[in-house]
Amino acid sequence: MSKSILEMEPESSAKIIELDGSEEFKRKLATLNIRIGKTIKKIAMQPFRGPIIIEVDATKVTIGRGIASKIIVEY
Amino acid sequence: MKKILLIGNPNVGKSTFFSRLTGVDVVISNYPGTTVELKKGKMILDSQTVEIIDVPGNYSLDAGCKAEEVAVDIISKKVFNDDDIIINVIDSTNLERNLFLTFQLLEKGLPMIIALNFWNETRHKGIKIDVDRLEKLLDIPVVPTTALTGEGFKELVYRIKEAKASKDYSADKKPISNDKRWSQIGAIIKNVQKLHSKKHRWYERLEDISIKPRTGIPFAAAVLLLCFFAIRLIGENLIRYVFDPLFNLALPLLNSISSFSGNSFLHSIIIGNLVDGKIDFIQSMGFITTGLYVPIAMVLPYVFAFYLVLGFLEDVGFLPRLATLVDTIMHRFGLHGLAVIPMLLGLGCNVPGAMSTRVLETKKQRFIAATIMAICVPCMAQMAMIYGLLAKYGVSALIILFLTLLIIAIILGLAMHRLIKGVTPETFMEIPPYRMPMFKSLTKKLWMRTKYFITDAIPYMLLGVFIVNILYFTGIIEFIGNIAAPVVVKLLGLPKEAVASLIIGFLRKDIAVGMLIPLGLTMKQMIIACTILVMYFPCIATFAVMLKELGIKDMIKSTAIMVVVTLITGWILNMIL
Repeated sequence: MSKSILEMEPESSAKIIELDGSEEFKRKLATLNIRIGKTIKKIAMQPFRGPIIIEVDATKVTIGRGIASKIIVEY
Repeated sequence: MKKILLIGNPNVGKSTFFSRLTGVDVVISNYPGTTVELKKGKMILDSQTVEIIDVPGNYSLDAGCKAEEVAVDIISKKVFNDDDIIINVIDSTNLERNLFLTFQLLEKGLPMIIALNFWNETRHKGIKIDVDRLEKLLDIPVVPTTALTGEGFKELVYRIKEAKASKDYSADKKPISNDKRWSQIGAIIKNVQKLHSKKHRWYERLEDISIKPRTGIPFAAAVLLLCFFAIRLIGENLIRYVFDPLFNLALPLLNSISSFSGNSFLHSIIIGNLVDGKIDFIQSMGFITTGLYVPIAMVLPYVFAFYLVLGFLEDVGFLPRLATLVDTIMHRFGLHGLAVIPMLLGLGCNVPGAMSTRVLETKKQRFIAATIMAICVPCMAQMAMIYGLLAKYGVSALIILFLTLLIIAIILGLAMHRLIKGVTPETFMEIPPYRMPMFKSLTKKLWMRTKYFITDAIPYMLLGVFIVNILYFTGIIEFIGNIAAPVVVKLLGLPKEAVASLIIGFLRKDIAVGMLIPLGLTMKQMIIACTILVMYFPCIATFAVMLKELGIKDMIKSTAIMVVVTLITGWILNMIL
């Protein structure tokens, strides 16, 4: 089963199985180590369609919801 | 001359390296994007002078991403000579992702040495890196360092001469795919890095608290409020207990100079006008009275206090978290969260504020951020003067002023987002961990910024005082005042003498605010005059930076917005107050 990280519960972790975007999009995410196969933890989600904070390895990253909806994890 | 380039991801400590190697002081903070332009310095290495270049951070060398072009340019064949080398600075708590850039550099076959920075943090984060093995696998020297404390620097400097191109990964033949790179990196990581479970430190728990919406927003509000009171407390007490007594001590000397120089033109330049037969530090407008008192005893204490507090927030790593919390609102204005950085720096001085708009990716964002900052963000120097002036009318005067600026900022943001072509990319930003600020780097940064104020602001203020005297002496003020009278008097409801202050405002806004004092304005006029002085035009130093950052076409647009918005705001305030 798969879902985007938007639908993940805060404080939960999951493995990335798909990045739904162009090569450029994937390249950009990879610079902060957001890649297929990586486990990410969702830290928080800001209200009013605000950004999402995730943690990959030791790094916390703030990402907009558009980007977040294209990061697909397995559960 | 031989060059050494410092290249690495954003916020890995390159500037701290630069400062340590060259002895040149640069601003260092704990957020990605502090360095926005190339910084150059020199050091002596084996009795030979070499040039050290601090390159703004970049995640990769792929063309097509504007922020990364600076680094791509500087390692291109044209600039990079055969005896130049690269120090690749790596955040050792994020080894895997930092190695991506390292691999791209290695593939170019350039002579390199790696500094594994933040080495001290690997210990309490439970990260173990086998440095020797990493060095063997990459085939270039690797040195663990902690730039903030200087740990590992001796070895690094000693081993610079061992820098070399990696035989194993240099690839002049064909480009390597990103997937291939990541799998090579993965293999290395498996071989050299071990992670142990770690205990959370108290400030790591604070990291989560300050970013979750339910706790983060009250936390940020409390921090900002605390900062505001800290700045006030420090500023006021510096004035009361240090600078005012200092000037009062000098008063007898000034008085004797005054009576000695009699009633000459020289007297009006040096001492200025006497108010009720006495020297008035604020109103006299002489070189060694107002020209020194305003910058040193009225403005400097607040500038100092502001930068002390800002430096602390920067070094702890609070700003990217604040950026995350305000991101939603900023998007309504066509910006994103990181726009808090130009706004906050602008509160200190609009010049670094305008420069830091470079942290934003697109032209549209930079235009909106620079324009809002120039119109609605008064610098600390100006605020100190406004505070001194309006406080005696009560808090309501200050509230009206700042509320007006806030409302204008919101309207401008909403309007510009709709009217200005271009895109606002989605937020994608790394949040650094909280770090304990180092006393030494805090004080160094504070000193650099205060020094900039002293060496840059005071000459301008003296020039301002001089020009005021010339303008009055030659009657030019009177002349311009008459021309501008319809706008100033009818539209804005100010006396035409206020024109002088608006003219000097191009040079220094703080002294311009001070010039309003002798005009005997009503509270309403004072509020309007101060609001207009904040908004109508940036000071000349800010203007120059904005021109450079935005280009002439956009600067004309931005200026037009400033003038129109100021006139409308002044007119509305004149009607409703």
